[in-house]
Amino acid sequence: MAGDQVKTIRSIAEKYDKDPARLMDVLLDIKEELGYFSEETIGVIAEAMNMPRVKVRDTLSFYAFFPRKKTGKHEVLVSKSVVEWMNGGADVVKAFEKELGVSCGETTSDRLFSLGYAECIGMSDQAPSAIVDGVPVGNLTPKDVKKVIDAAKKDAVSDLPGAKVAANLKKEGPVIFAPMENGAALDATLKMSPDEVIKTIDKSGLRGRGGAGFPTGRKWIFCRMNKSDTRYVVCNADEGEPGTFKDRVILREKPDLLFEGMTVAGYALGAAEGILYLRGEYAYMKPALEKALEERRKNNLLGADIKGKKGFNFDIRIQLGAGAYVCGEESALLESAEGKRGAPRERPPFPVEKGYMDKPTSVNNVETLCAAARVMEKGADWFSAIGTKDSTGTKLISVSGDCKEPGVYEIDYGTTIADFLKLCGAKKTKAVQIGGPSGRLLAPKDFGARISFEEYPTGGSFIVFDESRDVLKYMHQFMEFFTEESCGWCAPCRIGTSLLLVEFEKILDGRGTQADLDNLKHLGELVKTMSRCGLGQTAANPILTSMESFPELYKAILRPDEYIGRFEFDKAVKAGEEMAGRKSELEEAHS
Amino acid sequence: MSKDTLTITIDGKKIPATPGQTIMQAADAAGVYIPRLCWHKDLPAGGNCRVCTVKVNGRPQASCVFPAEEGQIIDNDTPDLKDFRCRLVEMHFVEGNHYCPSCEVSGECELQATAYRLGMITPTLPYMRPKHTVDASHPDVYIDRDRCILCGRCIRASQEVDGKSVFGFVGRGAKKKIAVNAEHNLGETDMTKADKAAEVCPTGAIVIKRQGYRIPYGQRKYDKKPIGSDIEQK
Repeated sequence: MAGDQVKTIRSIAEKYDKDPARLMDVLLDIKEELGYFSEETIGVIAEAMNMPRVKVRDTLSFYAFFPRKKTGKHEVLVSKSVVEWMNGGADVVKAFEKELGVSCGETTSDRLFSLGYAECIGMSDQAPSAIVDGVPVGNLTPKDVKKVIDAAKKDAVSDLPGAKVAANLKKEGPVIFAPMENGAALDATLKMSPDEVIKTIDKSGLRGRGGAGFPTGRKWIFCRMNKSDTRYVVCNADEGEPGTFKDRVILREKPDLLFEGMTVAGYALGAAEGILYLRGEYAYMKPALEKALEERRKNNLLGADIKGKKGFNFDIRIQLGAGAYVCGEESALLESAEGKRGAPRERPPFPVEKGYMDKPTSVNNVETLCAAARVMEKGADWFSAIGTKDSTGTKLISVSGDCKEPGVYEIDYGTTIADFLKLCGAKKTKAVQIGGPSGRLLAPKDFGARISFEEYPTGGSFIVFDESRDVLKYMHQFMEFFTEESCGWCAPCRIGTSLLLVEFEKILDGRGTQADLDNLKHLGELVKTMSRCGLGQTAANPILTSMESFPELYKAILRPDEYIGRFEFDKAVKAGEEMAGRKSELEEAHS
Repeated sequence: MSKDTLTITIDGKKIPATPGQTIMQAADAAGVYIPRLCWHKDLPAGGNCRVCTVKVNGRPQASCVFPAEEGQIIDNDTPDLKDFRCRLVEMHFVEGNHYCPSCEVSGECELQATAYRLGMITPTLPYMRPKHTVDASHPDVYIDRDRCILCGRCIRASQEVDGKSVFGFVGRGAKKKIAVNAEHNLGETDMTKADKAAEVCPTGAIVIKRQGYRIPYGQRKYDKKPIGSDIEQK
């Protein structure tokens, strides 16, 4: 390794005080400089950080965005989420392959381009999409591919029309997307004691918007209850659930509302530091977010003695992720923010007791913190008057798939699925995937139900399938996603996701019997019951909920046989027959 | 009832526990065996295998890490859980390449013994047939990843007991493997055969060389008594 590269690595390690907890930032910075991580590089990093090599490799090998091989000067990552495929993403991939002369996962011989896949990049409303040199480009067609490649060569990806990521904000509600003056929520907050602030949030009925729906006030009470010299506010902006993109819109349109919410939480919890954990796919937003933070520091909305309140010191730093869906799970997110692999923790202890750096920590979703700011500004009663009894306020829904108006809608909790389908212009709807792959597949008989914690909650993902769609094909894609994204810590999920995929494929291939279907269901229940975290506990949902909602689709492809083996003779000898240029001659078995 | 003891109920049986104990610790002390693979008495719990999952007030929890609390009603030896555990052990078998009949750890292997105890006859799930290489670079210890069940014991032992970092995980999901703290192989690490990490492997993935057949097949630990007997005889 060249001496100047060693020097670069050492100076990056110095920049972060050789703190192992900042390893993610160290690796991200090194990637920026060197592009990839050879085994030799890992050795130098380990030495520079004064850490065992095996620990550096452990973190490094976990994330999708830390390549171990030299990649091209330019990188095209085509998003392969379900909606992308519904809108012709596969053709876009083919066009890239043809144009570049390589298969997905390869680098061109002139080392100019690497072509790869990314999981959902939060652009389902503008699918097919890709991240090109870190810039998201949407609404791609095979015809655009050449233009994209030419733009990358000229370092002008940002000038492409598809790179103007449209907000697609279709309906503004009273909570998140209503106008608010910077500092208004803080003014109201600082008139109260921290305990009164938490009481207000609790009284509003606000519940976590990430999907699980834990009451935010309760979370803050528990966090504040734990005696500690410091506490942390962590915002979960790892919006990785396929089909979700509401936080993308908040982060771009309303960063101040989010930072104000985090500052409110900082005051309520007695925290000095807030961390915004931003998924690696959203790195392109970081400069604008940093700018917004800087602006707030200038205006005494962050930093020391905020708004003139003596002793109220709070600041926010942005922690980038590096491509791992499981980091949306709050304890995995904290591990990642501490520079480790994103493996979920055992609970108890919960983050409110032992979170970031083992200090009491409240991890809240982007939308939750925005709502908290509005509750402080306008009052608990104003907020709880919107929505239903157990689901107060509004909810942002990201809609994509077969509807006329994909985008983000701020709706009152309690809106029925049928009404919502009308709102987004969905016709001849066969099924709705609510809450992403980890959520549920709903059939028309469920469309009378309300979007709410009482009935069907969602973190925000809402994918519409019309009558032309083979929904089981998409369920299979969801299963591929979980297999790809399982962290591997616990056996039921690590092994179970792969097995579910194989067993599901047997049925989809038309080689499944009733016994296979029963087995698949049993395996799904096992993975759901025995897995360690939410990823494993919901990984079988595409199979289990489609079985519940559409038994007829399974019935139609099941074979009446009692038993069909996994081994297929014809398939096994096919390659040989092709090479030999003739069919196998089978001898009769000896009797 | 003083506050330094509490009572939990496992399968209808009242069991004393002390604050800070996990459900498994309390159960072990009371002679109630909960099947497990990744847990080891001298190491912190890892919660990797989930074989010890019980239902605590109806909710599944891994008993090796879940704290005992006053009044918990716990299901352990139920048909459903036994069935899931047996299948889960089976999953461990198909994930790797386990050649029990020719393995020098047969009869001392906790995976094999647990499978026997849970009544597993043969895997019914599809084999994944991963490709692994053996690392025999170290003079006294070798790694056979075919038999590794990713329980993480070696990692915890090396860190917590040996004060080294010989082992670590690498990769994610199905690609996850055990890696060593060296550029190439185990021979380059500071591992010794006296390390705790060399003796805690539940299977034959980390084996001390030249000891394989000192005890003949048929006379080994689990050839005589099922795994868990030592706990039940308390």
